[in-house]
Amino acid sequence: MITVTGAHKNYGDFKALDDVSLAIPAGSLTALLGPSGSGKSTLLRSIAGLEGLDSGRIAIDGRDVTGVPPQNRGIGFVFQHYAAFKHMTVRDNVAFGLVIRKRPRKEIAKKVDELLEIVGLDGFQHRYPAQLSGGQRQRMALARALAVDPSVLLLDEPFGALDAKVRADLRRWLRRLHDEVHVTTVLVTHDQEEALDVSDRIAVLNAGRIEQVGKPDELYERPANDFVMSFLGSVANLNGTMVRPHDIRLERESSVSVVGDGQPAPTRVRATVERIVRLGFEVRVDLVNQANGERFAAQVTRAVSEALGLRPGETVHAIAPAGPPAAVRQQGETLAV
Amino acid sequence: MKPSRTAQLTLRSLALAYLFALVVVPIVVILWRTFDEGVMAFLESVRTPAAISALNLSLLIVAVVVPVNVVFGVITAIALVRWRFPGRGLLQAVVDLPFAVSPIVVGVSLIMLWGVHGWFGGLESLGFKVIFGLPGMVIATIFVTLPFVVREVEPVLHEIGTDQEQAASTLGASAWQTFWRITVPAIRWGLTYGVVLTIARALGEFGAVIMVSSGFPGVSQTLTLLVHSRYIDDHNTFGAYSAATLLMGLALVTLLGMTLLDRKRSST
Repeated sequence: MITVTGAHKNYGDFKALDDVSLAIPAGSLTALLGPSGSGKSTLLRSIAGLEGLDSGRIAIDGRDVTGVPPQNRGIGFVFQHYAAFKHMTVRDNVAFGLVIRKRPRKEIAKKVDELLEIVGLDGFQHRYPAQLSGGQRQRMALARALAVDPSVLLLDEPFGALDAKVRADLRRWLRRLHDEVHVTTVLVTHDQEEALDVSDRIAVLNAGRIEQVGKPDELYERPANDFVMSFLGSVANLNGTMVRPHDIRLERESSVSVVGDGQPAPTRVRATVERIVRLGFEVRVDLVNQANGERFAAQVTRAVSEALGLRPGETVHAIAPAGPPAAVRQQGETLAV
Repeated sequence: MKPSRTAQLTLRSLALAYLFALVVVPIVVILWRTFDEGVMAFLESVRTPAAISALNLSLLIVAVVVPVNVVFGVITAIALVRWRFPGRGLLQAVVDLPFAVSPIVVGVSLIMLWGVHGWFGGLESLGFKVIFGLPGMVIATIFVTLPFVVREVEPVLHEIGTDQEQAASTLGASAWQTFWRITVPAIRWGLTYGVVLTIARALGEFGAVIMVSSGFPGVSQTLTLLVHSRYIDDHNTFGAYSAATLLMGLALVTLLGMTLLDRKRSST
């Protein structure tokens, strides 16, 4: 369990953390998600003690660690660029924390071999980091961090330097690993897909503030504001109404919709079909709003697309349902797409 | 564009001729003059008490200068790369100063500072003789060799960054443990280069040392001073050549050591 209370951190005039409070439940895998400069890395490094806060408190498992140096916080940290000890073999890298703790030689050897098996690097004991691929180096770094039985595991964009395929494999592997070892884990990422894929909980950060914290589903279905909505998943803007592309209904003719008393009316937009892209089962229709020239996309099933018989240049009616998850913008305000 | 075959040959011969005239010929002349009268004559000439004392003194200066430069060079390099403090730019410039200042100027300024009538001249009346003693020669040599360790270690520190050190600290290592187990192994090659250059320069230093040494044969002559005094004062040309060959031999051993280390580095 990690508790951050009223954290502030400035770099000159830049507010990296602006009154951040966050509780991370024990045993969870929480993602800190946000664009670059949102403060997510600063928050993680503050939990590790690699950065000092200007004000605010940090507690790990009920112990206030605010002024405690990193080596006494009982954490494991994994860096984006691996931070492998280049002059040591894989075995010595993983053993480092245990050697520092002066554990008996036999115990160290046993633990290192166990961990290397868990991370799938059995047999690589005597290699040097330079002889490993990026993904292998990062798994070695994970084993090294786990060797000291940390009470929390902190991962700073751990897959950021890897190519797409390895990335996707490793994050699923990390999820399985977490299900086995259950150590409280915090993962920093700017990739919403990664956050949705691995984490139990997501905290969305923007400009040094936490916008929303919740389960991936909650954030996707009920975003607290437009920022969260547009950062998590794709979004279309219909005359100021934010809507998920797959929630847009397309119709040939203007139909009269029946709306009950007190119910908000759905938003209707006349749009020109610009392009039709088939993405397997789904079809993405790129549209131009005839009222203001703004572009947006609707996602429909192949069956719907075929039933409508859409062709580029034709006019359709795009209808956004009223109510959640659409976060309604003020009229006249525009959103850069 | 690839130069034509004639152009290539011309360039190659030019470079070789240049090296030959300026480096190879003088060395060959020295070697030839040294061994002209046979190896025994050479050995005899470098086994005189004055020659042995000069060799010992040169090695002693190296033995003092190298550890001092290693400790302060590494600290200075870390300060320049890792710490932000007022006057950092000035320190950067000061480190390069020995490259720019002529060694003879260093000798003169040391006399002005430490000589009997200098600012710290009072030390001499207390029995601590700097000028015309070993401390003066050591200080002069430290001055001229100061940049080597700093300038070799600095880029390596830049390159390794702080990730590994931070990783060590999250794994429970104290600052001291991190320094010895992570930083020192990471900079060891840069440090080795710096040390080799320091040794070579310390052995070869002449201008600054001649100003602050009393220059008595068998007492306060380094190898370079021995070469000089044999040639200029004693008109012992052969003796000067033998001492020069000995000096070159030491430099050669140092260079050889560096080449071997370099090969070892590229293989790991």
